Order: sequence, then C-alpha cells, then structure tokens
Amino acid sequence: MRHTLAVLVENHPGVLVHVAGLIARRAFNIESISAGHTEEPDMTRITIVVEGDDRDLNQVVNQLSKLVDVIKIIDLTQEPSIERDMALIKVKARAETRSHIVDIVEIFRAKIVDVNRETMVIELTGEESKIDALCEVLQDYGIVEMVRTGKIALARRPGAAKDDE
Amino acid sequence: MTGAQAVVACLEKEGVELIFGYPGGVVLPLYDALYDSSIRHVLTRHEQGAAHGADGYARATGKVGVCFATSGPGATNLITGIATANMDSVPMVCITGQVVMPVIGKDSFQEADITGITAPITKHNYLVKNPADLPRILKEAFYIARTGRPGPVVVDIPKDIFTATIDFVYPEEVKLRGYKPLFAGQAEQVDALAEALSKASKPLLFIGGGVISAGASADLVRLAETYEIPVISSLMALGAMPTDHRLHLGMVGMHGTVAANLAVMNCDLLIGVGARFDDRVTGKITHFAPNARIAHLDIDPAEIDKNVRTHLRVIGDLAWSLPTLQQSLARYDFVVEKHTAWLNQVVQWQTDSPLTYQASETVIKPQLVIQELNRLSEGRGLVVTDVGQHQMWTAQYHRFSRPRTLLTSGGLGTMGFGLPAAIGAQLAFPDELVTLISGDGSIMMNIQELATIVEHQLPIKVAILNNNALGMVQQWQRMFFNQRYSHSSFGVGASDYVKIAEAFGATGLRATTPGELTEVITQALAINGPVVMDIHVCAEENVLPMVPAGASLDQMIEGGVG
Ligand SMILES: Cc1ncc(C[n+]2csc(CCOP(=O)(O)OP(=O)(O)O)c2C)c(N)n1
Repeated sequence: MRHTLAVLVENHPGVLVHVAGLIARRAFNIESISAGHTEEPDMTRITIVVEGDDRDLNQVVNQLSKLVDVIKIIDLTQEPSIERDMALIKVKARAETRSHIVDIVEIFRAKIVDVNRETMVIELTGEESKIDALCEVLQDYGIVEMVRTGKIALARRPGAAKDDE
Repeated sequence: MTGAQAVVACLEKEGVELIFGYPGGVVLPLYDALYDSSIRHVLTRHEQGAAHGADGYARATGKVGVCFATSGPGATNLITGIATANMDSVPMVCITGQVVMPVIGKDSFQEADITGITAPITKHNYLVKNPADLPRILKEAFYIARTGRPGPVVVDIPKDIFTATIDFVYPEEVKLRGYKPLFAGQAEQVDALAEALSKASKPLLFIGGGVISAGASADLVRLAETYEIPVISSLMALGAMPTDHRLHLGMVGMHGTVAANLAVMNCDLLIGVGARFDDRVTGKITHFAPNARIAHLDIDPAEIDKNVRTHLRVIGDLAWSLPTLQQSLARYDFVVEKHTAWLNQVVQWQTDSPLTYQASETVIKPQLVIQELNRLSEGRGLVVTDVGQHQMWTAQYHRFSRPRTLLTSGGLGTMGFGLPAAIGAQLAFPDELVTLISGDGSIMMNIQELATIVEHQLPIKVAILNNNALGMVQQWQRMFFNQRYSHSSFGVGASDYVKIAEAFGATGLRATTPGELTEVITQALAINGPVVMDIHVCAEENVLPMVPAGASLDQMIEGGVG
C-alpha cells in the first residue's frame, strides 16, 4: 500500500539527505519526496510517498522518529487530507494541433503558461491521477519534457499537525 | 575565550576525565587549549585506537567516552570505531577537526565530509558553523549520547571556529524538539505482559545488552528469581546475570548452549528484554520460538517488530519497565510451582548437553585457555575480546558475575577492537585486572597500541590464542566450503609475538603445551605490568555447538564428547 507521510524537521543542513538516506538504507521505495518551508522559519516539511505494508511503514516511521532533527511524523493516509501534485509539461504544438491541445487544456482545467512556434508549456495542479490522465492524452502529441513536484498534502481537520500529541 | 578553549571548558563542565586522541593540523588550536586543562589525554598510536579506547572506557564505566581526531584521514580513521559503538549502543562523543569554513566543499587539503560519512553510523552528528553555537552543541552532544538508547555523536568543528572568540556560557538545559528520550512508558502495556506471564507455563527471559546499559541487571535477576523464570543471554548481555546462576542457561544463538536454544524452541512465552533479536541469535527467523507468544521490552520503539513480530510490547527504560512489571505481577496469586516442570526440563537439557570439548594432554585446547584464565584469575576483573573463535569460546567458557565485565564488539564484530578497548577499560579501572583475549589475526589489526600500553605502563594481560590462522574463517571453510582454506592462514608469515611484545617494551611469554599454559598464566598474573602471552593452540578446533547460518535453533551441530 502507498502511504503519504508528512515529516516535520528542523531546518538544518543535511537533514533532507539524512531522511532520504535512512529510508533508502532500510530498503523502502520512495515514490516521491518534496520539501519546503513552513509557517515556522526553522521548520521544514517533507512530504514522502512510500510503498510498503503496514509493518514496513511502522519501521520507517519509527526509524525516522529516531533522527534528532525529525520533530514529528504524520501518516496522512489515515485521515482526510488534500493532496496535490503540480506538473509542467512541454508538449509539441504545431499550428494544426494547437487548437486540439487548447481544448484538452480546457477540459482538464489546466493552464498554458508558455507558447512558441513548436511547443507549448502546460501547467496542471491536482491529484496525481488527474496529472497522469493529462499526460496520457498529451502523449499523442509528443511530450518533449516534463517535471512534477511530487505530492504535497495537508490534513483537512482544524489545527496543525505539529501540535498533535 | 576562543572556540577551542570553549570546547575544553564544555568537556570540563561535563565532567570528562579522559580523552583519547591524535592531533593534526586543524585541531592544533584545540590541543593548545587542552595543554592548560587538567583533563587527561591519552595519545593512541592510531585514531582507530582512540575511538575503540573511548568505547572501551564507556562500556566499562557507563560514562560517555570522548575522542579527538584531526580532519580528513584522522577523522576517517575513526569510522570503524564509531560504527562499532553505534551497533552496540555505546555512548561516545567524537570531536573531529574540519578545514576552515571558506574552503569546505572545495576538496581542500585533508577535507572529508565527516558528517555525511557518519550520518548512518551515529546517533546524531553536527557540523558547527557558528562559534556561538559551540556550548549548546556540545551540551546537546553529551545529552544525546548518554540518554535514551545510548550511542555515538560526532561534532565536526572547522578550524576557524576553534580560533574565533566567543562569550562562554554553558547552557543549563537542553531544548530539542525532535528528541525526547522516554523513561516511563504505558502502565497498561506492563499489565498486559503481567497478565500473559501469569498464564504462561513455560516462560523464558531473553536478555540483551540493554539490560546492562539501563543498569537494570539487579531488577532482572530479582524478576527471574521471584517467579522462577529461566534466563538466556545474547552475547552483549553476558554479565547481566551471573553465568553460574541456577536460572541462567547461558548464551543463545549460533554458538549458544543446547539448553538455551532448546528453551527458545519450546517456551510458550518469550520475553525479550533490551535485545535486538539479531540474526546471530534467532537463526531462521520464521522458526524462532515457534510455540511462543513473544513480548519485547525496549527503550527504542524502532526495535519493536523490526526482526520478529511481537504479541506484547513494553516501550520504556528497563529501569522503569522491569520494576513496574514486578509490581504488576504482585497482584496475581502466582504459584511458582507452575513453572517447576518447565524448569526441570531446561535443567535436564543443561545436564544432558553441557558445553564440552575433547581434552588433550599434548596440545593446548583453546577452550582450556579460557578455563585456565578464568580459574587462575579467580574470575576477577574485566575481560575484553577481539573477534573470532576466541571470542565465542570466551563467551562460552568464561564465567561472568557482574555487568560490564565482558567488553566485546557484538553487533559489528570488529577485529582489532580488543587492544584499544582494553586500554580504555584499564584507564577507567587502574586497580582491576584487565585481560584481553585475542587471536593472532585480530591482535595485528591494532598491535600498534602496545606502544600506548607500555607508555602508560598499563598492566593489561594479553592472551593471544595463536592458531596461525583466521580461525573462525577456517571453521566456516572446514564446515561449509569443503576444507578449501582460501587465504585464511598466515603460513610462514607467522609473527613472533614474544619478540613483538619485547620490542614494544612489554613482557612476552610463550606457552606451547598444556603444562606451560598454567605456568605462563600464573607468571603473567604475577607481573605488575603489561604482558603478552603467545599461546599456541590447536588449530583444527571448531566452536560448537553451532547453528549454521539460516537454520533454526534446534538444528545444532553439537560438540565433541568430553
Ligand atoms: C575488521 C574485520 N575484518 C574481517 C572480519 C571477518 N572475520 C571474522 S572472524 C575472523 C578471523 C579472526 O581471526 P583471529 O583473530 O585469529 O581469531 P580466531 O578466530 O582464530 O580465534 C575474520 C577474518 C572481521 N570480523 N573484522
């Protein structure tokens, strides 16, 4: 099963390497990892998607918790949360296919953020499955390159994860 | 004051009495500051010796061991020592020098990314980037090393931090959001275990090194005695319960006793106490304790369910959980007689299959060396080992009567650990007998430390079980590789350990027959100074019983007739 973990860490140098290294060494597959600033200047939030059974997951959580720089870990798989991934997709777009692509972009509620004679860049934010679906369709026109942020997630309930007991 | 002076002041505040180290370029300011301090510094002959020395000191005393090394090669020479301490949860603070901040990351002379390298083998590490942080970081380093599940902490300090000027204030307390070692756990977990124990008819206590690091040996013995529960030990737990205690079945696992291994296979409740369920202990994991519910008491939640699946767990310091369990059990009308049949059974296994070997009148049997060392020293003092057959024979045949009297590299199995660790132990306890039991392979891995021993006139007694081979390697080649002894004997390259001892300035003695053995040990024990005993032992001996790797604990190859 896939699990989405929110890992709150001290904003210290090397902490991301430390977290990723530990997960890799204990032989878990990281599907995506994304890190960024939070509401507190000295705290970083890392969202990690890992694949594994519940016992494996417990091991990852317990091992990560041992890192002195890890403040808290929340398994967002267990509770209602908003999950988002963002993609920038550069797709081949000649005069004759351009309007088709614009239609597709409309349907997916994506955005065109850059255009030139041969390609256009599409931005889409949403759940991973939606991005996967868009990519699938754009495949027919030729995806030149693309980048995804990896999943980020936030629990729906009021209150902050860092305040959990 | 300078950063370097601040480091020394922090160490003084922490009550550090002994540092093992080796100087070099970037730590010269630190060594200069140390020149004015009353803290004793022991110059080892290799940084690996400094790390194992601090480790040995820490294992013997329970205090935090401290070592210094310079940047680059000095720091990388500590690595094996740090990994050794990490695997056995030994509290240590290692201070390494780093190149000046403006040139970090430029492959500067003697630069190594020591925080990067040691991340997976430390409890925590720091690269100090601001001189003002020094006191806080050192305070945290000692706190992290010694609390919770102990472990090594590395503090990497650039040279320009040592020379910077700071206002020194040592913090009163430690504030770490992500580190809150727990002492007391949940009483309900203890009650659930008490309930299970009250119902069990074949309970078994399996103890690990955690019992010793928690200082909970007495609690453990009391629990076992009150409820008549047999006890088995991992290598790291030897000494927590006296070897000769009637409830102690000895070491469990690959080279464990028949009784201990059969007890695992037949118990109905196995209670792991401060143990890791390492593969050398469990054998084939799916066949471990097949008829038992498994309970696990540990301070580290990450150990629970890591190797074996447990049915009951108690997370917390053993110094809390064991006494709490004892109290909780008091609520039950316990008929100790319920365990009598089980106890009779394990004692029967013990009587039927004691540790044995074929004695000889012509050659020295390695097991005899351990027995004679034990007999002639009357079981006094501390025993340190290296790694190999001699280590296992020490675990099997030496008697230990109190905690922290066997210092051995269990988790990492580091050859070369012994000699420097013995230095740490002897410096910690100058008046105790410290015996190192080593092999002719292991001793050569840190032989240079004989110079340190002689310099400080440490009366360590070194017994080399000399089989002119890497004995444990040959045992595996004999048993599992058709006696193809690929690169495992020293052939004509054998060294003369008596001459080596003498060249370093220690006394060298040699024994080649069983008669000489007793004489040499007696003589060594009477000498008030460092002695190396070169004991020529029979090379074809196997450590038995043996559970082959990957087999279950009842598939033992048993020992020869006594
Ligand atoms: C640093 C290191 N290298 C290699 C090994 C693998 N190893 C385990 S036991 C052993 C042989 C040890 O020989 P010796 O010290 O003579 O002891 P004996 O087994 O003969 O008693 C070796 C090579 C190890 N444990 N540590």
